[in-house]
Amino acid sequence: MDIAHKDSTSLLRRLNPGDALFALALIGGALFALRQYGGFMDIYDKAILLLTVPALAAVGVVWKPFRLFLAASAGLAVCSLSLYGGDLARAEQAFFLKYLISSQTAIMWMSALFFIATGAYLLGLAARSDFAEATGTALTWCAVTMGTTGLFVRWYESYLIGADVGHIPISNLYEVFVLFSLITGLLYLYYEGVYATRRMGAFVLTVISAAVAFLLWYTFSREAHEIQPLIPALQSYWMKVHVPANFIGYGAFALAAMIGVADLLVRHNILVSRLPAARVLEDVMYKAIAIGFAFFTIATILGALWAAEAWGTYWQWDPKETWAFIVWLNYATWLHIRLTKGLRGALLSWWAVIGLLVTAFAFVGVNMFLSGLHSYGSL
Amino acid sequence: MRPRSTSRAVYELLSSMRFAISLLTVLGIASIIGTVVKQNEPYNNYLSQFGPFWFPVFEKLGLYSVYNSFWFLTILGFLVLSTSACIIRQTRPMFKDMRSFREHARETSLASFAHHARIPLLQPRAEARDALLAYLQRAGFAVRCNERDKSVLLAAKQGSLTRVGYFLAHGAIVLICVGGLLDGNLPLKLRMALGGKQVTSGNQLIADIGPQSRLGLDNWSFRGNVFIPEGKSANTAVVNVQDGILLQDLPFTVSLRKFHLEHYESGMPKRFASDIVLTDPATGQSIEKTIEVNKPFEFAGVMMYQASFEDGGSRMRMLAHDLRPGHGSSAMPLEAAVGDSLKLSSQGLDHSIELGSFRAFNIENMASDAPEGDGGTLTRLEKHLGSGARSSTRKDMQNVGPSIQFKLRDSAGQAREYQNFMQPILQDGAWYLLTGMRDSPSAPFRFMRIPMDGDGRPDSWFEIRSVLLDTSRHAELARRFTATALPASAAAEVRGRLEETTRRTLELFALGGFDGLGKFIESTIPAGERDKAADVFIKILEGCAWEAWNLARSAAGAPAPTPSPTHARLLRDTLNATNDSLHYGAPVYFQLTGFDEVRATVLQVTRSPGKPIVYLGSLLLVLGVFAMLYIRERRLFVLLKDSGEALVAFTSNRKSMDADESFQHHRDAIAALLTPPVSP
Repeated sequence: MDIAHKDSTSLLRRLNPGDALFALALIGGALFALRQYGGFMDIYDKAILLLTVPALAAVGVVWKPFRLFLAASAGLAVCSLSLYGGDLARAEQAFFLKYLISSQTAIMWMSALFFIATGAYLLGLAARSDFAEATGTALTWCAVTMGTTGLFVRWYESYLIGADVGHIPISNLYEVFVLFSLITGLLYLYYEGVYATRRMGAFVLTVISAAVAFLLWYTFSREAHEIQPLIPALQSYWMKVHVPANFIGYGAFALAAMIGVADLLVRHNILVSRLPAARVLEDVMYKAIAIGFAFFTIATILGALWAAEAWGTYWQWDPKETWAFIVWLNYATWLHIRLTKGLRGALLSWWAVIGLLVTAFAFVGVNMFLSGLHSYGSL
Repeated sequence: MRPRSTSRAVYELLSSMRFAISLLTVLGIASIIGTVVKQNEPYNNYLSQFGPFWFPVFEKLGLYSVYNSFWFLTILGFLVLSTSACIIRQTRPMFKDMRSFREHARETSLASFAHHARIPLLQPRAEARDALLAYLQRAGFAVRCNERDKSVLLAAKQGSLTRVGYFLAHGAIVLICVGGLLDGNLPLKLRMALGGKQVTSGNQLIADIGPQSRLGLDNWSFRGNVFIPEGKSANTAVVNVQDGILLQDLPFTVSLRKFHLEHYESGMPKRFASDIVLTDPATGQSIEKTIEVNKPFEFAGVMMYQASFEDGGSRMRMLAHDLRPGHGSSAMPLEAAVGDSLKLSSQGLDHSIELGSFRAFNIENMASDAPEGDGGTLTRLEKHLGSGARSSTRKDMQNVGPSIQFKLRDSAGQAREYQNFMQPILQDGAWYLLTGMRDSPSAPFRFMRIPMDGDGRPDSWFEIRSVLLDTSRHAELARRFTATALPASAAAEVRGRLEETTRRTLELFALGGFDGLGKFIESTIPAGERDKAADVFIKILEGCAWEAWNLARSAAGAPAPTPSPTHARLLRDTLNATNDSLHYGAPVYFQLTGFDEVRATVLQVTRSPGKPIVYLGSLLLVLGVFAMLYIRERRLFVLLKDSGEALVAFTSNRKSMDADESFQHHRDAIAALLTPPVSP
């Protein structure tokens, strides 16, 4: 098993020409976006765009396959943009737009690929087939690539509807469900690579499939996929940082919960021969909750900063805020128990699984059952 | 010694992990309560929700304002106490531990580490020591050597900063709680308790509110709302406290030039913005500023936010059409402002009209609801491909113009709510004025469609209706209808019967509308002939409506109408609307004819001294969390013994797979260092 040593020396040593190329491409992309679309950005938007470059470059250095993924997504998105050529109606006329890389179609492809990937992983687990699992990995990569392309293109399409309508596609429940699927998928692929095991795929992809199933229901029965303009409270650069940070949190917590399920199975002597050892699962679960907690903390703070600007107070115990606080408390306690008390075992896995229920309530349940300021995606 | 040991025990309990975890759990559960019961609603809502028995109980428990309640603040207080105690308790040992290299560790204790290994040492001690020192430093360790009698111990450590992370994160919690308390309503509660301030009901004029309900300029923590109509100004904010209000004086005057309200094509709000002028009373200087959602502005230490908007007393011009039978079809002009309550006591009326809300435009989906052909799964999927812009359901968003909503209260105090549109709306190929009515605020409006005549006015309807429903004119209508319906040669007896039937039909219709006629048919005509009879009655009504129109036109000196499909449609619509008007519940229809809109903005104004503290705490929290989770504290001990053996021991502040891997990595590297490959 090759586990990366994150010592500063070895990190630098792992830099290769590909990283330089990746960084250059990122800088080029950012400068191009500034030149082309700078008119739609305020100073904060521009700062966020520029800061995205080192952030993505760092991810690329630590996790090499990410570079190809981002390049492919960006490439497809650029193809889509050039096929559009500034005319929204082309989505109906151009074959590749209609059936491949317009935003809705790309997201449909993402949904289908996630479903098939889940099937492949499950098959791999059931039939002990390495090939099926490798297929699952490939399909998951394709799914996140299509989904990311879809979001990029959706961003562009929103501006084609009208300059006043355009916005980053992370503004309502439909869009963030796509984001959730993508981030959970990417986090999973990262851990799959780091721990060199595909055996967790069946579990994590199941939760992604559930999200995708909801997404499809939301599309077909509620027409939620339509791009909507932003209400005044959402017209802020804060959205660009608050929402992604939040969904790194949600995605990581969902992943941790599914690893928790696998861990519980192993502890009950189910599928022991096919799943990674409990100590590996435990480690992945901890890593996921740690990264989730760190980003959820950031997201909640960013949310507070935004609330201070939009609603006039950084914290007012709105149901969404309160539930975010409860989620935060939950994982803070989890970390205290594991790190300070040094506790291990089934309790932590159960806790992570129940934690997903709490997280899911904060994510979707609050919008369904409780009313408040933060209900941008009511069901 | 007893009290000392008790306080010691309390201190240990407070600073214990068990207590902290229990506290986090209790806090989580307590927080849930406030999301289940809606917070800070008007007390009347709770009273109707929980009933007179539970209302005061829940009030005592603070359930209407959980997060400001005594018990919730107590829990938060304990969190601060516990965290502080924890920090104090950990400080000394932690700093000691951070600084210490533990270079005096004995071999036996090193050998008891979970991660340790013995490696043959083939080099001289000093040489090996120097090589190791270089290796450890290269690997990012701080190293201290401890020369011993027959051995040397290299004690290396890295990542001690993770301990600083602990202080940052936990100190941040205390900071955030303290800052939050300063910005919460605790300062206000203290001020009310100590300064003798009393809430007032808010029913009187602002000028009449006395100093006991006013907060002065020296108040350093408040949150209130300022309501300013266009063209007006204000220098006090309203602070809502439980079931009343307090006034907060502001160190400036703020006036509203104009309120901007913009919408997208779909009717969704796009922009709320207030053009305001701020005037400093001391210097008399003023500045202009536009405040928008997400773009607040700070002036004289007070932050101002665009919170909401209301009507600022728009003036409505209306025509009151008398709907009571026998009162003709006269219309009386009326003018009132939104928010006004007007007494109507002329011509035997004893009602009051309360103007509620005015909307300058209403955007409605005017697409017909006809379902599109469902072409199976593939077609449905295809509809959802393409861009995210396309809607697969047809929508036709249109602005249908201004509307006014008001209540009409009768002498018994009973009120009904109405919504009247100003402009006619095209429905099913004809134009109508819509007026909605509902008996309770939760019910949807039921709309009456008043048909527009050839001049694009509703007047014909009022005229025809007033003749149709006026019993004193039924005989005349019946005579005229009979004259046109029967040939001149018809027998007097037949003529008399039709006249009688017509009169009776009109009477039934005027009393109970189509329903009344229906009941009459059911009670007098055998089942088999009812449909035919109903047709006859409708024909009679339409004929009478035609005659009524003729009468009204000639009374007004206008030419008689000519038969045409448009006129036939108008008559049918007239009958329908007349029928609906019998259930309209109001003696008057208020036709909205014009308006002068005046908007008002609601600005939230705050002074929050805790904000910088909370922000600092948040920054420290992030730094602390990352330091705690991602800086790994590691200690590596290498004991080089003259006996030709090296003991490598490794410890990390956390048990984890990384630690295992890290140990193996260092062990192998050190082994390679200490036992160089034998040269051939």
